Amino acid sequence: MRDMSYDGVMSRKNEIMKKAVGIDYNKFENEGIGFDYEKMMEDGAYSLEEMLKIQGDVSVGNTPIYELKNITKLARKVSKTGKSARIFIKDEACNPSGSFKARRAATAVYHAKKLGYKGVIAATSGNYGSAVASQAAMQGLKCIIVQECYDSNKVGQPEILEKQRACEALGAEVVQLTVGPELFYYFLRLLEETEYFNASLYTPFGIAGVETLGVEIGKQFKEKYNRLPDVVIATQAGGGNLTGTARGLIKSGCSEVKVVGASVDLKGLHMASDKDFNKKSFTTGHTGYAMPFATMPDRSDVPRNSARTMRYMEEFLIVKQGEIFYMTEMLAILEGLERGPAGNTSLTAGFALAQEMEDDEIILIQETEYTGAGKHPMAQISFAKKNGIEVRYGNPEDEVAGKSIILPEHPSLIKLRKFDLDKIRKSLIKNHIKNVDKEKLSKEDIKFLCDECNRDEMYVKEILKQL
Amino acid sequence: MIKKGMWVQIHNIILEPEERAEQVPEDTKKVPLEMWVKGYLKEDCKIGEECEIKTITGRYVVGKLVGEGRRYEHDFGEFVPELNEIKVRIEKVLEV
Repeated sequence: MRDMSYDGVMSRKNEIMKKAVGIDYNKFENEGIGFDYEKMMEDGAYSLEEMLKIQGDVSVGNTPIYELKNITKLARKVSKTGKSARIFIKDEACNPSGSFKARRAATAVYHAKKLGYKGVIAATSGNYGSAVASQAAMQGLKCIIVQECYDSNKVGQPEILEKQRACEALGAEVVQLTVGPELFYYFLRLLEETEYFNASLYTPFGIAGVETLGVEIGKQFKEKYNRLPDVVIATQAGGGNLTGTARGLIKSGCSEVKVVGASVDLKGLHMASDKDFNKKSFTTGHTGYAMPFATMPDRSDVPRNSARTMRYMEEFLIVKQGEIFYMTEMLAILEGLERGPAGNTSLTAGFALAQEMEDDEIILIQETEYTGAGKHPMAQISFAKKNGIEVRYGNPEDEVAGKSIILPEHPSLIKLRKFDLDKIRKSLIKNHIKNVDKEKLSKEDIKFLCDECNRDEMYVKEILKQL
Repeated sequence: MIKKGMWVQIHNIILEPEERAEQVPEDTKKVPLEMWVKGYLKEDCKIGEECEIKTITGRYVVGKLVGEGRRYEHDFGEFVPELNEIKVRIEKVLEV
């Protein structure tokens, strides 16, 4: 009889995972603290050509890019200099499941099928669930989605309830849990029971699936505008969106494009707290995921995370919940595009950043997501009000996550908030050397830390001195 | 009584409060980890009683019967006057 207790199942974690992802992560490990990231991505994933074929066969990708001329006009009107970069958006909502996550799911499900798994499981409360469900339906595999959905009063976050509906509509089994990181324990139990493939967001194929997005950006811009965007902004949670996009840009010879991350400020709300759970108006793309994943990527459901933001992110912008709801309305009113609020995190950051740039420069917002019941500003703001959160007009700077949602009194109040990336790099290095003597780091270890931060040896050594 | 073969939801306690993981915050530690899943009822059963279901992927799961049917209750929420105002406010800015 297998030990099904929490400790019993958790102690079998590595064995269960090895079976469920079909990757022996040990072979990429180095002697010291690091591992060979590029080898893992090469061995574990598919080539760009293969991925384009895999995604093309299931109608994923090739989403349109629109210029947001009216939003750009407004940005110029309110900017201090009177100038603003041109703002473009890649309408990833046009993917089969309504978000860019279809790219990650397409390759993961294809891989599962190729390896002979009968079904796929994913632990996700977000758009990735419906993406995996959609791809499993298309590619003929069974699918289970495990969601963190309810608080202890069985009150569900509207956005997550909508994902449940979408997954069930696409033929998946949805297992719903209350708040808590032990979701992972139950997830392991299901993997063990079903012997399905773990369609983790963080495997090489999950991340490489997003590379096609970066490639498309380069190709579409060159074809249509005869130039590349100066900046691409990606919403940042676990880091896969930004990592994949940046890798795709680099692989297609567009490494001069600056890649910027954006997250919603949910500082002060504990991600595993039963009481805080329904005080969030955003269930992803927020700092509650972005910070821990950027500073310690290997915290995911696989031994080595393929999403490694700090290797690629050149700037990190923080936006407020009220600002995003405002921008979501703006996108509908001024551009005729009704899209989900969570996907507009990077749009909000882009609106502020564009005002610091020149008129002839270009910013691309690299995603949108579908909208509907639950995934809509009206649904989320009503829910927030029910949970005692104050909603008003004012200066978003005064917004306190879990207490208020402040819609900007004037669009000029949507401010650029740059997070100090050196702080993240410092924590990242600190986390990597946690269990070793920093005086005994090898050359290979230092090289790994340099790659992880995208900084040179001098920079890393200076930080090591400070730690 | 819900009839055998109906599409139902069941509920289970996965971890009792005392079994919860160490790293869980205090408020979450006070409550159990609960689970809900849907499937076809194997035998006639009363709400609140233990039953077995077959899920859409073919798994058999035992739990307390919550109820029948699959009405989704999330919606577009109440009317939010603050959101309605955004159009008026933006148009004013653009007019100036």
